[in-house]
Amino acid sequence: MGNFREWAMHFFMLDEGPLIWTSDVLIILATIGIIAVLSYFKLWKWLWDNWLTTVDHKKIGIMYLIAAILMLFRGGTDGLLLRAQLAWPNMHFLNADHYDQIFTTHGTIMILFMAMPAIIGFFNVAVPLQIGCRDVAFPYLNAISFWLFFAAAMLFNLSFVVGGSPDGGWTSYTPYVENAFDPGPGENYFLVALQITGIGTIATGVNFLVTILRMRAPGMTLMRMPMFTWSVFITSIIIVFAFPVLTVALALLLIDRDFGSHFFTVSAGGMPMQYVNLFWIWGHPEVYIVILPAFGIFSEVFSTFSRKRLFGYSAMVVSMVAIAILSFVVWVHHFFTMGAGPGVNSFFGVSTMAIAIPTGVKVFNWLFTMHKGRLEYTSAMLWAVGFIPNFLIGGLTGVMLAVPPADYQYHNSYFLVSHFHYVLIGGTVFGVFAALYYWWPKMFGVLLNERLGKWHFWLFMIGFNICFFPMYFLGFMGMTRRVYTYPAGYGWGVINLIETFGAVLMGIGFLVFAFNILWSARYGERDTTGDPWDARTLEWATTSPAPTYNFARIPEIKGRDAWWIMKKNGESINGPKDIPFEPIHMPNDSGRPIIMSLFFFIAGAGFVFEWWILAIIGLAGVLVTMALRSFEYDDHHYIPVEEIEKTEAAAGRL
Amino acid sequence: MSDAHTAVHGGHHPVDPSVPVEYHHEENSLRIAGFWVFLGSDLVLFSCLFATYVVMHGRTAGGPTSNQLFDVTGFTIETIALLFSSFTCGLATYEMRRGNRNAMVMWLLVTIALGLVFLGFEITEFVQDASSGARMQTSGFLSAFFTLVGTHGCHVSMGILWMSGVVVQLIRRGITPITARKAFIVSIYWHFLDAVWIFIFTVVYLTGKVL
Repeated sequence: MGNFREWAMHFFMLDEGPLIWTSDVLIILATIGIIAVLSYFKLWKWLWDNWLTTVDHKKIGIMYLIAAILMLFRGGTDGLLLRAQLAWPNMHFLNADHYDQIFTTHGTIMILFMAMPAIIGFFNVAVPLQIGCRDVAFPYLNAISFWLFFAAAMLFNLSFVVGGSPDGGWTSYTPYVENAFDPGPGENYFLVALQITGIGTIATGVNFLVTILRMRAPGMTLMRMPMFTWSVFITSIIIVFAFPVLTVALALLLIDRDFGSHFFTVSAGGMPMQYVNLFWIWGHPEVYIVILPAFGIFSEVFSTFSRKRLFGYSAMVVSMVAIAILSFVVWVHHFFTMGAGPGVNSFFGVSTMAIAIPTGVKVFNWLFTMHKGRLEYTSAMLWAVGFIPNFLIGGLTGVMLAVPPADYQYHNSYFLVSHFHYVLIGGTVFGVFAALYYWWPKMFGVLLNERLGKWHFWLFMIGFNICFFPMYFLGFMGMTRRVYTYPAGYGWGVINLIETFGAVLMGIGFLVFAFNILWSARYGERDTTGDPWDARTLEWATTSPAPTYNFARIPEIKGRDAWWIMKKNGESINGPKDIPFEPIHMPNDSGRPIIMSLFFFIAGAGFVFEWWILAIIGLAGVLVTMALRSFEYDDHHYIPVEEIEKTEAAAGRL
Repeated sequence: MSDAHTAVHGGHHPVDPSVPVEYHHEENSLRIAGFWVFLGSDLVLFSCLFATYVVMHGRTAGGPTSNQLFDVTGFTIETIALLFSSFTCGLATYEMRRGNRNAMVMWLLVTIALGLVFLGFEITEFVQDASSGARMQTSGFLSAFFTLVGTHGCHVSMGILWMSGVVVQLIRRGITPITARKAFIVSIYWHFLDAVWIFIFTVVYLTGKVL
């Protein structure tokens, strides 16, 4: 009994102090709260029928985005904890172990569980509507993708209070993370959770690639697609070819840790550098996976709020293709200092700098889109305009880092930390916020408040620059990343204090955004037209939110900016009035994706703690759910004509 | 309704009746295209395992080398069984296109049997290696060997289970556009595994016997 008590104390980390106790209490309270509210308002059935079993791309997109905002909160809290610890020399607010765990979870969550679901959420929200179809190619698979991501996110977050968080950094370099140096379940959490969400992401890549290639409305040639859809198309190709590399890197490391093999150990012939290569062969394309859709979002926003066609459409497409190709041949620039030799380093330095060319083309195209436009500075547009200078700073410092001899100076310093925050926040996060303001009415039928939106933008943008701009100088002054504290006397203290102040401003900006969501849900302006921005692409042709079948009749596309052309010609999205509707084929909802992801979670927990019975139960459950799907024939239904007519009449489109 | 049931949600491309049966619904054509894309990503997965194997090949850490380990008879039988199974799988598709359900099922069962022969020899090989002390934990080379070849073996096992499920559906329902599509996709998967094995045969076994 004493043994069990000791084990449980350690397993549930009750010996770790108040940080964990507080988290435990908060988690228990939140869980009880959610269960109580759902039960009190008798919402369980509603939740199951409308959300947990849905295969509708619009709802799946919303669930992705809710999860992404929650994860932004978690990752942001981690960031604030880090900034609090670094605010002044010799601080001991966090100890070294906790600091390592928190910077690891901060990075991992922000990239894999915040940026990824946010952009995939917008894939779902916008792409089928933009290309004029009724759902993605594989709606059931789409639900599986989401639930795998969700199960992985839950598993990863559980590590904070059960067994311990990973502490090897989001890159988790070998050999440090091998059992010999990093025992315990923490690193396994990282490997298993990323593996599970990675499987879901590969499925998403396949899904959207086929959707965009095969399901466009008649007349929508590739070169008539909205720019966001183009960016999703290219991103899907990168996902399909990059994510399997992560799968292998994680699997080999997990085999090392769980089964004692020697891929990346320092003994018995292992080769740690192989992991680093595999990780970045995925990792560099990954940063383009999260930035290209943001580029697509900005293209839509600039064009809409400049009241102009996008400038240089073909150049935009070509530059994205070029970025996609180059993204696969730059990975070594993440470890110039590991000594691959001048020839190799030169090649990767040059290929990295080359990416600045297509990116520069895009920036000029956005500027020329605004040139002589009738600009309207809505919140979405503010994020887009703010993106250009901030991303430029990130991009130019990226070119500085791409010079191998200079990189020896900046490598792993705060200069690097600042660089990648400028591209990831200035690019991806700004893009996600722009898209949230832009597509919010399409998702919920309500506009977010513009006044609060502007507060959100300015607080966050100014806070971001106060937090991260000084880091370039800290890097030059010699402060390296991932140090948990530093002595006084280097002149770092005041700069760090200023940065922490900036981080707090960003946090306040986020709270304003959260308040905006709540305020707008109750008092926000309702979008009755379906087209509040007088926009150009097809998603604005239908009601906000769109009916389940999206379009009663599949529209005929006559050019780029299809909806703008229809508006100019005075055409209805439903075409001529006298053609009768036909019943619409739609996929059935299914509870199996969430059950399957539960089995993935169980199997994942088995691999984390090396409890093999649990792992076998989980994997068997996965196989059984897959087999049941194979034997399922009754998987679709038809929406009858009367129901379509009723919906269309209510929307005023008859 | 007659043409409505061939349209997928959002579908709007008419189906040409002269195409083979597995393409008769637009949704089928979508799923086949999707599976090809998935195979592209699976190919990347195997490429990484191959790359890791090649890097690890000489890193034997005092354990057995590939030349000492590989048994020519065993891997030759595995290769012949798997290559033949790909041929019989092709015959099943041929019979499917001719609308000959029983012959199709028979060839699929032969394919499964050959797959089992392959797996049997592979498992025997692995067990013998392990009992002679050549384990995954012995050296970097053996870690990479067991993982690459084992991943292919897992794919084959999965293919056997999957193909068996399709056979049951064919027996119950006959050749319909849906069962034909399922059989066609599992056959693409099977041929893909054969192609991967050709690389394993060349890169792992043949090269391993020479170098």
